Amino acid sequence: MSYELVGITVLWIFLFGYLLVASIDFGAGFFSYVSSVTGKRHIIHKVIERYLSPVWEVTNVFLVFFYIGLVGFFPDSAYYYGTALLVPGSLALILLAIRGSYYAFSTYGIKSNRIYLFLYGVSGWLIPAALSTVLAISEGGYISEGADGSISFQFLSLFTNIYPYSVIVLALVSVLYISAMFLTYYASKAEDEGALNIVRKYALMWSAPTILASLFVFYAIQGHNAEHFNNMVDRAWMFVLSFLFFVIAVYYVWRRRRYGLAFLCVILQFGFAWFGYGSAHLPYVLYPYINVYEHVTNPAMAYALIVVFVLGLLILLPSLFLLLRLFLFDANYVKGIKNGIGGRSGKKHI
Amino acid sequence: MLTYDPVIFSRILTGLTLFVHIVYATIGVGMPLMIALAEWIGIKRGDSYYLLMARRWARGFTVTVAVGVVTGTCIGLQLSLLWPNFMRVAGQAIALPLFMETFAFFVEAIFLGIYLYTWDRFPNRIYHFLLLVPVAIGSSASAFFITAVNGFMNAPRGFDLVNGKMTNIEPIVAMFNPAMPTKVGHVLATAYVTCAFIMAAISAMSLLRGRTHAYYKKALRMSMVTALLFSVATAVIGDFSGKYLHEYQPEKLAAAEWHFETKSHAELVFGGILTENNEVKYGFRIPFALSILAGGTPDTVVKGLNEVPVEERPPLKASHYFFDSMVFIGMYLTVVSLWYVIWFMRNRRQSLKKPHNRLLLRAVVLGAPLSVLAIEFGWMFAEIGRQPWILWKVMTVAEGATTSNHVDTMLWLFTLLYLVITVTAIRVLIRMFKHNPAEDEIKALGWEGGGKK
Repeated sequence: MSYELVGITVLWIFLFGYLLVASIDFGAGFFSYVSSVTGKRHIIHKVIERYLSPVWEVTNVFLVFFYIGLVGFFPDSAYYYGTALLVPGSLALILLAIRGSYYAFSTYGIKSNRIYLFLYGVSGWLIPAALSTVLAISEGGYISEGADGSISFQFLSLFTNIYPYSVIVLALVSVLYISAMFLTYYASKAEDEGALNIVRKYALMWSAPTILASLFVFYAIQGHNAEHFNNMVDRAWMFVLSFLFFVIAVYYVWRRRRYGLAFLCVILQFGFAWFGYGSAHLPYVLYPYINVYEHVTNPAMAYALIVVFVLGLLILLPSLFLLLRLFLFDANYVKGIKNGIGGRSGKKHI
Repeated sequence: MLTYDPVIFSRILTGLTLFVHIVYATIGVGMPLMIALAEWIGIKRGDSYYLLMARRWARGFTVTVAVGVVTGTCIGLQLSLLWPNFMRVAGQAIALPLFMETFAFFVEAIFLGIYLYTWDRFPNRIYHFLLLVPVAIGSSASAFFITAVNGFMNAPRGFDLVNGKMTNIEPIVAMFNPAMPTKVGHVLATAYVTCAFIMAAISAMSLLRGRTHAYYKKALRMSMVTALLFSVATAVIGDFSGKYLHEYQPEKLAAAEWHFETKSHAELVFGGILTENNEVKYGFRIPFALSILAGGTPDTVVKGLNEVPVEERPPLKASHYFFDSMVFIGMYLTVVSLWYVIWFMRNRRQSLKKPHNRLLLRAVVLGAPLSVLAIEFGWMFAEIGRQPWILWKVMTVAEGATTSNHVDTMLWLFTLLYLVITVTAIRVLIRMFKHNPAEDEIKALGWEGGGKK
């Protein structure tokens, strides 16, 4: 595999990682807020906090990693996207900043402050919408390059076109779906029946809109970028598999069985769709301006980045494994038992 | 009102973001070391006060880390949003340290999460302490890599410029540029000094308010000894930085010192004002000091501003005053920490019982805001001093900026954001500690006595 393909594949994998962890995080924040409004907070809050607290910082890194990697491997993307995305990018940044800091304020500082919780929950739900417009923009048609090389961004066509809306809708509903599916699994591990019943309902509730929104994206991309759509049709098997895993996941949750396997199927569902979509998008990073083959960085830098990436993974994977082992696969922690003493569940450990 | 010019607004917005970020970033770099020291001493001596210190500091640290992470994400993305032309060129050469910085950040984030949530999970406390090692390494490594990027902007190396395009790129040479060692050393040492002073000031303030629990005295002692150690290190590295500037960026050094004529036996000017005719009035002059700072000997010839074309000169007033303020505060911090250590040595036996010298305590409290100011001043001097270049002698700031029409609106939005976040963070931190003083926590935990004395 050539290094430009290695580069873009690595970045795509990291963006997928971000999609998963951020969806869980964003959705959980949203559910946490909704449950406080509907008076069910005391039931699901503990499960959510126990999972989120140790990992919230890591989520952000996935995004930064993707972005720095993109600029590193394809410096021209900084030029095109950077010039065009000042406004949407800044808005997404502001939302991320509000969310990140207010999470810390409400978790470590002042407990159950309504305003903080609102800012945290709602900003989280809007971020996927803001970020997913970048995916829409990558299809081309919203950035134009003048004869003098100046880059301009067509706001109006972004908001009058159906394709961006389809992507935003998909982002909004799938965040809730992924998050609820994960929380169902986590609540079942924690043997917390009350929380499980609520989040399981959320998961089932958001499953149908997710699959409908996916179909809507297919329909919209056909009208927007026919080349990409045809590439996707060539990879139809990936999307069929994705749908199959969706059916299995929902089936298990519906039958109240094997929640772990169900969440694995959710990962596979989005994995196949994500990599099907991504591989069909190649060779473009930004259609038609940035092409992975023509706009890759110089060979020396690409080589250095790949070497560093491999070395970095050697540190990163064991660390992530340790994190998951301590907070996701440690039965006592998940159930809120400390040092073998139960009953202090949900209590902060710091 | 300013007329709309994307370059000016991009500069203000970048400056503002960094102005906010470096406060939190400095705490982010320095605090893991302070927390690790406290926990280490606590375990070694079996002194539970130090363990509580680590725990309380870590709790406040989480809030500052959160704001540091979000403002850091802001500046990371703003680099491309506001300086797309610069990133397109520089991305070819400095992507490596940027990329490595995210790895360091990753490791730090993972282990900080684990550290904070495993206080009582390991039977052997050492395991918990060891979790802090990757946090401290990660945060210092982040500072190392990001400062290497800034070093590259000051001393671009590792490429050939052919028709405005970079070729023959050597990523390692670009990263280990000549500006890197002194910059990294200075950034790390000052971050440790600042955190030590902030922690010391909190203890000193409690002592001044009559809360004379041994906990505060131990915290003060540990912080001030650390502060002295790193203030001295800062001064030594500052001297190396002067020699670096003399060698590679004489314009910056000359602007900081209002040094116009190239000559040997140059004097160092402290304070003063600059007249229209570029004469220095009322300044406090130290003979030969500039030559010694630049080259180690009085007969070192120091390049003057007269040899620099006017349009390539950095703003003279800002450079000089920021530089002087930074150096002055650095000296103040060294003197105060030395004063404390001498006081402590003389009262070694009863230092935990004897009331502390109130003037000394006040000087320590004042040191905290001053040390933060010194960070800001030093950083502003370093950045303003390389005007008009974004890449020293390669690309001007104006060439690197975006051409977008909305930078002014974004500036207002971000100003509002930083204001709200900072005010809330301060409120949260004050409430976290005011309603839960260390004495109460010690009582609640039943740790009275603190192990060995």
